[in-house]
Amino acid sequence: MSFPPEHELHKRRLGRNLGLGLSLLAFVVIVFGMTIVKVSREPHPAAAKPAVAAPAQGTQP
Amino acid sequence: MSDIRVYEQGGEAGFGDYVQLLKPRVMSLVVFTAFVGLLVAPVPVHPFIAFTSILFIALGGGASGALNMWWDADIDAKMRRTRGRPVPAGSVAADEALALGIGLTVISVAMLGLSANFAAAGLLAFTIFFYVVIYTMWLKRTTPQNIVIGGAAGAFPPMIGWACATGGISIESVLMFALIFMWTPPHFWSLALFMKDDYSNAGVPMLTVTHGRKATRRHILIYTVLLAPVALGAGFTSIGGPVYLASSVVLNAIFLKGAWDIWRRDEAQAEADKYAVEKRVFRFSLLYLFLHFGALLAEAVLHAYGLGAW
Repeated sequence: MSFPPEHELHKRRLGRNLGLGLSLLAFVVIVFGMTIVKVSREPHPAAAKPAVAAPAQGTQP
Repeated sequence: MSDIRVYEQGGEAGFGDYVQLLKPRVMSLVVFTAFVGLLVAPVPVHPFIAFTSILFIALGGGASGALNMWWDADIDAKMRRTRGRPVPAGSVAADEALALGIGLTVISVAMLGLSANFAAAGLLAFTIFFYVVIYTMWLKRTTPQNIVIGGAAGAFPPMIGWACATGGISIESVLMFALIFMWTPPHFWSLALFMKDDYSNAGVPMLTVTHGRKATRRHILIYTVLLAPVALGAGFTSIGGPVYLASSVVLNAIFLKGAWDIWRRDEAQAEADKYAVEKRVFRFSLLYLFLHFGALLAEAVLHAYGLGAW
């Protein structure tokens, strides 16, 4: 059987490839969005370090 | 000159066939109840995190659907209701359904852990395990109580939604779980009463097949009676309120009346009107669950405006 250029199989493959492509794109967008939300809401532990206490007065010799 | 020859291939799947593997209709119930569970929780969640969490819960539900279709392909082919599913219809190979189910399980659980927290992810993993291994592989084919215990899998989504927000379990989330858990048997048994040939043909030990239709009618009434206090009880917790309680009283009264009507009938009466009462109760049971969760949602919205709730 020869394959006509516009076989129904090609349409199904195209639909599957497009669907998979869009799903992957959506996944990338979701991971990116989650990263932005998490980073902007939760301060990095290093940024939350308490400031170095100033030396108390009157302790210097 | 060479000539390209292609042999007929048995069913190459389209994208829609893979979507069908995820049981989109079941997924819609999962999305709705998980959304309500997440929204009624006392801890606010960022809208994008809420969206992604619900998405991954839905994907986990879809994964268990694909694994269920992989395992149950033999009995699906025998039942009128399920023989058009992608695996028995031949459009998707069984091992493809298995691969998709495992892949989506890993992705959904890991991503829910990253999106919300690992307590919610653990609950999702347990739900998939429960549905696939405990229900599909074990109980469905061995006990007439398959629906009762298997129904727990469908009851977890609001609990997972709640855990996404709070990171734990509480009396409210347990009651939302119990509401769906107790609702499942009368819902499915009323379906089994009028889809009688399907389950017997497939050899699934449905209560109607193993204990007879009279016993099934009695079980529907018992479970509906047990369901009422669970549904009403949720109304007295922090997620309930006057709107929920009033709705629940009316809905339970109608459901109890339907279960009573089913119990009082015999097969001759049911055959005579083509299972009209059983079909009415089955349709109403869908509305019952939707309106209960809708009322919880309404209470949460009213609560946000300083109204409703206790």
